[in-house]
Amino acid sequence: MHMADALLSPAVGGAMWAGSLGTMIYCAKKLREKMDEKMIPLMGILGAFIFAGQMINFTIPITGSSGHIGGGMILTVLLGPYAAFLVISSVLVIQALFFADGGLLALGANIWNMGVYPAFIAYPLIYKFIVGRNSSTKAITIASILSVVIGLQLGAFSVVLETRASGITELPLNTFVLLMQPIHLAIGLIEGFVTAGIVIYVRSLRPDIVENLEGVKTLSTGMSLKKVVIAFGVLAVVTAGALSWFASTRPDGLEWSIEKIYGRPEITGKSDSVKEAAGKLQEKTAILPDYSFSSKGGEEQRPAWPAVDTGTSVSGLLGGGLVLLLVVVFGMGIRAMSKYRART
Amino acid sequence: MTFDLEFFNIGYLDTLSYRNSFVHRLDPRIKIIVSLIFILFVVSFPKYEISSLLPFFFYPVFLLTAGNIPLKAIAKKIFFISPFAVFIGIFNPLFDTGTMYTIFGVPVSGGWLSFLSILIKYMLTVSTALLLIAVTSFPGICEGLERLKLPKIFVIQLLFLYRYLFVLLEESLRMMRARDARSFGNRGKEIRTFVRLISVLLIRSIERAEMIFRAMLARGFRGEIKVLRRHTVNAADVLFLMISFTMFYIFRSYHVVNIMGAAFSTVLR
Repeated sequence: MHMADALLSPAVGGAMWAGSLGTMIYCAKKLREKMDEKMIPLMGILGAFIFAGQMINFTIPITGSSGHIGGGMILTVLLGPYAAFLVISSVLVIQALFFADGGLLALGANIWNMGVYPAFIAYPLIYKFIVGRNSSTKAITIASILSVVIGLQLGAFSVVLETRASGITELPLNTFVLLMQPIHLAIGLIEGFVTAGIVIYVRSLRPDIVENLEGVKTLSTGMSLKKVVIAFGVLAVVTAGALSWFASTRPDGLEWSIEKIYGRPEITGKSDSVKEAAGKLQEKTAILPDYSFSSKGGEEQRPAWPAVDTGTSVSGLLGGGLVLLLVVVFGMGIRAMSKYRART
Repeated sequence: MTFDLEFFNIGYLDTLSYRNSFVHRLDPRIKIIVSLIFILFVVSFPKYEISSLLPFFFYPVFLLTAGNIPLKAIAKKIFFISPFAVFIGIFNPLFDTGTMYTIFGVPVSGGWLSFLSILIKYMLTVSTALLLIAVTSFPGICEGLERLKLPKIFVIQLLFLYRYLFVLLEESLRMMRARDARSFGNRGKEIRTFVRLISVLLIRSIERAEMIFRAMLARGFRGEIKVLRRHTVNAADVLFLMISFTMFYIFRSYHVVNIMGAAFSTVLR
């Protein structure tokens, strides 16, 4: 479910970063208020545990293919939402840097999709609600499966929304949703089942550990539904604000949606004469009069494109080849230089 | 076993990050900021853009060569881990079939252009992220994050995570080896066994955390960890930031490729 940088627009990526950073700062503040020092090594170790646990694979029933855990919900059950959110974020940071899963800009979206929903929606509203009074094996199983499934569904739907809002893919919304949700329903059922198994098995083997953890994460018990709702309202407003700000400074994503609505990239206004004059001026000054390789020109002229100016597309190809060649020469030059310097 | 490989890859990137070169010595904050700006510039291009993206390869190539990083290490990762971008992008040629260009008589549809554009953006952004960690040690990144005002508790537990990542990975590799030695073929990989195995790993991890905490207390831990600060912003950092930003800006605002192509063809004539 990792988003990639290449599928995001700066507006969406920036807005998701703002939302995730805000949540991280909020969680850190909450943890500082009532900190058990034990928590710091425990958080780090459990983050490392997620990686180590992902290395152990198992056979998925029916399909027979090999799978591994995601682990977001286990962290939340063990650590409580605030600490778990920070740990999930760090796992994603390391995945983005070392595994190239997702990317640096997409990291904000990934933290949101895979951290906020399990920690702040599925856990308090579903898991806590079911296991709150009755912590029987059956209750834990139902709670785990339900909360993991719902957390993953929300996350997958966010991926769809973020990708659509970025306007990079042509995939129709319905098809996209139909692709994403069922896959993540299957993943969620297995993950939820495994999560329940782990929680129950650890509790039966070492009840003291689970009780200890309950003591350490006292914070999470003080979380009321009202607070969650208020926090979410604030976050939604902040995110929306950030989104519109980014959108107005960098209109590329919006341009695309306007094109979808009006059938052409820009709403034609009266400024045509000014535009033409500016265009003429540019024609006189530029080395290459009109760029038919430029995307904007391409989009505007797309409906009627029979007359292809081969001259410009050839110069585009030539220039592209030239630039790539330069990049290679540049790189080899630096290599040679550092080798030379190492020798002397 | 793909994960085995992944694990050694982490270790490999880690060793690379302790080399000594101009880019390794730069302040981590500067490198993080420049890489983020780079990615923002790259993804800000409209979806059919291809030629204008090409000059941006200068930045990853600079990190690669100036940092003395083997090309193979990065290239392998880029080619192997690309399911999501490709999976979502491959639908573009199916849904967007309007012809946009005819190059030497071959019609090229908008969908293929935008798919190619996604792939190029993917290569640029992913290689930059990988190279960032290849030329900056992880403690360096954490130092940078802390000084960029990310919550301290987040940074500290991130450092802990990284420190014990290798320990726990080895632990789980041992467990896997034991499981494989005791089972034939695909047996031993049922969910039942898996749940018990991973629960034991979890219990061991939590016990380890308790031991670490006691060791920390014995060494005078009082709820505060000082993150080592080794870097300062100097002239080279400022220069690097300014030059890269100017280059990105020029690449974004002018069609360097077209200008060069036109110049080249006039020379040919």
